[in-house]
Amino acid sequence: MTIDWNNFTPWASLAGGVMIGLASALFLLFNGKIAGISGIVGGLLRPARGDVVWRIAFVAGIVVSPLLFGAARALPRVDIEASYPLLIIAGLLVGVGTRYGSGCTSGHGVNGLSRGSLRSVVATAAFMFAGFVTVFIARHVLG
Amino acid sequence: MKVVSALLAGLLFGLGLIVSGMSDPSKVLGFLDLAGKWDPSLAFVMGGAVVIGALMFPFVSKRKSSIFGNTMRLPTATRIDRRLVLGGLTFGVGWGLAGYCPGPALASLAQGGGKPWVFFIAMLIGMALFEVIERAKGKRASKAA
Repeated sequence: MTIDWNNFTPWASLAGGVMIGLASALFLLFNGKIAGISGIVGGLLRPARGDVVWRIAFVAGIVVSPLLFGAARALPRVDIEASYPLLIIAGLLVGVGTRYGSGCTSGHGVNGLSRGSLRSVVATAAFMFAGFVTVFIARHVLG
Repeated sequence: MKVVSALLAGLLFGLGLIVSGMSDPSKVLGFLDLAGKWDPSLAFVMGGAVVIGALMFPFVSKRKSSIFGNTMRLPTATRIDRRLVLGGLTFGVGWGLAGYCPGPALASLAQGGGKPWVFFIAMLIGMALFEVIERAKGKRASKAA
């Protein structure tokens, strides 16, 4: 294993992580809900009375965040290597998988681990493992 | 107020994704590529988030209701089942293929370019597929009963 020192950003990543953790804890404190992105978006596909507006507001906050960031300083690049067909396959798998597994990197990885949920430990281990294996196959076996 | 706080929480969450580097799929893939030139940065994102969460959640979770009066909606499931594991594995494969998970995909929709939108719409279709399958299963189960 070699470390990619050129792209390694421990402090920025730690600061961003603290912001994500803070946002999750504050959301639970003020709104009483878990900031799990796949659950919040997925819930919009089975709309229930009084359960829609907060979801849209939270999603809108994330969507406009780069505009706010960009007003203050240069946005970091978004470099998408995947082709369009690959993005479609990846999107479908992420959509189906996060709903069946009841969560994604935020719901299980941040909120669940913070609460010490065993289910989230298992789910996080599963998606990290699958992510590592997938990239290994894509880059070092097929690539 | 609840709507405003949801918007602000989303905003802070999104800014965290951008500051941390997670909104860049190539950085995510750099983290998932253990056998190549490995970029461990994203371990720091999760570390920072979980440390803050672990410090704050015990106090927040004890409350009977949120500051704005909502009942606390915390997950109650504890069963480790096939759905959880297979769902996690399926999500992980998709994550590894494109470097996108749901949050960062949302955070890059407004950054221009069609690729984040293609991923996002495919993800919505995947989620809708789940709804359709679950509803069909539910109907069959209620007919059988």
